[in-house]
Amino acid sequence: MKRIISVVFILVFAVVAAYSSGYNVGDKASDFKLKNVDGKHISFSNFSDAKGFVVVFTCNGCPYAQAYQDRLIEIDKKYKSKGYPVIAINPNDPALAPDDSYDKMVSVAKKEGFTFPYLIDEKQEVYKNYGATRTPHVYVLQKKGNDFVVQYIGAIDDNHQDAAKVTSPFLANALDALIAGSLPETTTTKAIGCGIKDRNKK
Amino acid sequence: MKRLISILITFLFVSQTLSSKVPDAKRIRVLNYDQLEPYLNFRNDTVYLVNFWATWCAPCVAELPAIKAVEKKYSDKKFKVLLVSLDMPGHLKSRLTPFVLSHKITSDVFLLDDPNQNRWIDKVDKAWSGEIPFTLIYGKDFRDSYTQPFDFKTLDSIINRKIKMP
Repeated sequence: MKRIISVVFILVFAVVAAYSSGYNVGDKASDFKLKNVDGKHISFSNFSDAKGFVVVFTCNGCPYAQAYQDRLIEIDKKYKSKGYPVIAINPNDPALAPDDSYDKMVSVAKKEGFTFPYLIDEKQEVYKNYGATRTPHVYVLQKKGNDFVVQYIGAIDDNHQDAAKVTSPFLANALDALIAGSLPETTTTKAIGCGIKDRNKK
Repeated sequence: MKRLISILITFLFVSQTLSSKVPDAKRIRVLNYDQLEPYLNFRNDTVYLVNFWATWCAPCVAELPAIKAVEKKYSDKKFKVLLVSLDMPGHLKSRLTPFVLSHKITSDVFLLDDPNQNRWIDKVDKAWSGEIPFTLIYGKDFRDSYTQPFDFKTLDSIINRKIKMP
């Protein structure tokens, strides 16, 4: 019985920990330094002109992530020039998700024609800081002085199956609001995605 | 030649009869969230395990044997498993149905086709951010959610405890 209680306790704790960690809208996001598919390391400081960022946790193998590859390229093309470039980060442990190895990231970025950096979170620390739980999982950051404030967390839009049937382009709406000098009307959304494969919680 | 044909026909007939013993793939119902919702909110003496999964989700597929084993172990108890697939609707015939047949899944399987996920994820569970696998275990007086894949022992201890609850 004691054992059962401890198992339950651990499970409940894991669930609570998974949801209480990470950023909320309004929090300051910390910078990172992660390896890009071109071998160079990328931080916010590489983008001196940026007014903010679209940080998206995504990967190669997840069908939901794949469904949004083209749309992320469109977002990056449209909003990079307005000060909000996309930075994609693969949070998965390649040992658990062989499709998400660094080498395969390099070939996916090339094949799909990614216009944005595609970084690997080798230590699996960045995604935990942000509180990402799935791929794709988006964080919009706005630069305020030396800080990067989280202004939107969630989904890219409301139809992964068909871009033509999207009725609420959540991410684009949030970016348009920030660029217009206001705050996003919708600050958090949810979507189905692939759970992040973490080597410490199989 | 006639003999060959008759053998073939017999073979087809026998295999047809045999295959009818595995769950009928036509049972996989395609639902939107509103149609699924009642299955997440029964109020009776049964303990329900509702597992959100997909055939392409490796950790989901990895925990299916544990779910199947627990379902079998408590088959004479008031315990029911519902598998809610988030496979793409276009993959019903090409992937989901063959998977259900080849893995001899006997639980009820639904395909949830409702792309406006932001509308319904909170209705399933406020604590769920949308990642799969995701499992809801509920009964008349409790409702718990789990985002970690199960092994048999952990799931067995949970179900055992829930079923014994007065």
